[in-house]
Amino acid sequence: MEWLFLPFMQRALLAALITGVTAPAIGTFLVQRKLSLLGDGLGHLAVAGVGLALLTGTAPLPLAVAICVLGSIGIELLRESGRASGDVGLAILFYGGLSGGLLLAGLAGQGTGTLSAYLFGSLLTVTVADLWFIAALGAVVLVVVIGLLPQLFAVSADEPFARSIGLPVRLLNIVVVSLAAITVTVSMRTVGLLLVSALMVVPVATANHLVIGFRRGLFLAMGVGAVAALSGAAGSYYLNTAPGSLIVVIAIGLFVVSWPVSRVLQRRNRPLVELTDEAPPLDHELAESHAHVHDERCGHLSVQHAGHVDYIHDGHRHAAHGDHYDEH
Amino acid sequence: MQLNPSPPPAPGPVISATGVDVVLGGVPIVRGASLEVDAGEVVAILGNNGSGKTTLMRALLGLVPHQGRIDLFGTPLADFRQWSRLGYVPQRGGILVQQATAREVVASGRLGRRRPFLPVSAADRHAVDESLAEVGLADRGRYPFVRLSGGQQQRVLIARALATDGDLMVWDEPLAGVDRATQELLAGVATRLKARGTTIVMVLHELGCFADLIDRTIMLADGRVMPPGYHPGDSPHHGHVHPPAHGGHEVDELERPHTHHTGLEVG
Repeated sequence: MEWLFLPFMQRALLAALITGVTAPAIGTFLVQRKLSLLGDGLGHLAVAGVGLALLTGTAPLPLAVAICVLGSIGIELLRESGRASGDVGLAILFYGGLSGGLLLAGLAGQGTGTLSAYLFGSLLTVTVADLWFIAALGAVVLVVVIGLLPQLFAVSADEPFARSIGLPVRLLNIVVVSLAAITVTVSMRTVGLLLVSALMVVPVATANHLVIGFRRGLFLAMGVGAVAALSGAAGSYYLNTAPGSLIVVIAIGLFVVSWPVSRVLQRRNRPLVELTDEAPPLDHELAESHAHVHDERCGHLSVQHAGHVDYIHDGHRHAAHGDHYDEH
Repeated sequence: MQLNPSPPPAPGPVISATGVDVVLGGVPIVRGASLEVDAGEVVAILGNNGSGKTTLMRALLGLVPHQGRIDLFGTPLADFRQWSRLGYVPQRGGILVQQATAREVVASGRLGRRRPFLPVSAADRHAVDESLAEVGLADRGRYPFVRLSGGQQQRVLIARALATDGDLMVWDEPLAGVDRATQELLAGVATRLKARGTTIVMVLHELGCFADLIDRTIMLADGRVMPPGYHPGDSPHHGHVHPPAHGGHEVDELERPHTHHTGLEVG
């Protein structure tokens, strides 16, 4: 465990932890809005910022953050005005960012090798200055996401209703995309711009398998992201691989493991079906006796019918009647 | 919901609209609509599909751009800030929640009264509990919203509007696609609101079990408010019959929430 005491390794783990916690936090809102791939697009845009920084000889991180936030606000305003209804405009913006970044880096005399540190992450080269910058932006993302959680949820779930109670809908929408842009750029040293989107989506999907509720899902996703990021960063030291790849592979592994749990939970929380024909049965017909006791959580599909609940199994509808079940 | 005693009735009408036009995508949907709703009234807006009911209601709340004058509680819409007096129930289907519980959906009704960055108060929790109980879903608060039946989802959206503690309810088709028992339950909710002096405006296809508590109906045909006594079968034009200007679908119903249109969405 001597690697824990190596300063560059400590910086790497801290940077990975910050990404692992912030990416799923903001990703929860993107997944809810069915914008799972927005993070990927913003990652492409950030490449332009890196290219510009290489050409001008400035620090890549702040410039990439600025370009990515501006781009994300532009996308949001286009979406709001209804002019970005086609995906072509967004594709042009994103691939313009990627190709522009590559071009600028080439003009600066840097090959794709320099860029790959940003595309796939380069945890072990995180400097102390980088770390402070990453920590400050990560703190901003977390404070805003958790502080405005109910407001951001309301706007993402139902914009007309949010407007009707007087929430500043446009401002909150811009907050969501700006935080996503910040998170994507901050993650470019840890998982890399091409893989950060996975960390925004996969832990959220994993958490949604395991718990019910938006708020609980968000916090569990942050925990899952932290586990994946820390174990991936440590593992990449041993395996001598790009950290981003291992972090994402672990996140997907956790998702796969959570799958069977979700099947059980889904059975338990099946929707109550309401039958439209409410005529009660004509005859009192006894069902076959079984030791199983039906209740709300027993896992059998239930239907609401003429003011009571029937449980369905093996093609029969059973309704509780005194100490036995009736066939309905 | 009894936490905030309803404010003293404002002098003058709660809603006042004069010569309201709404044009969506180049098509005039609402044309020269004028109406007034007084405090404590229960008013149904009726009309065929495509008559502009929902669009008119959205215009009254400032959700779609309009021309003409709209006042809420005596204040021009552009200057209106007392949004927490309003309990809006949009049409079901526009709501995007993958994971949220019924309780979380209802709790967002409190946001007009909550300050950002501050934790939820005991009064907020109490209002959410009461609203869920009012629609008979006290035991369903922890269920995922998407897994509730259609009628139960409608009740959750009504509970969210109740949680605002507003004294003006604006409900868009609360009876659409819900079973008979739910319709009667919602009529009970509306009756209790009316007894408390709440103003209710509803867009309805037919009066159904709300018939007894509705004070007045406003009939829309082809975007215009019809004179009292008009029946849906009558032609809105005098003397001769024109074919309907546009077909049977509600133009505004086709408009999806903007959130969908980025081209990046999955599934």
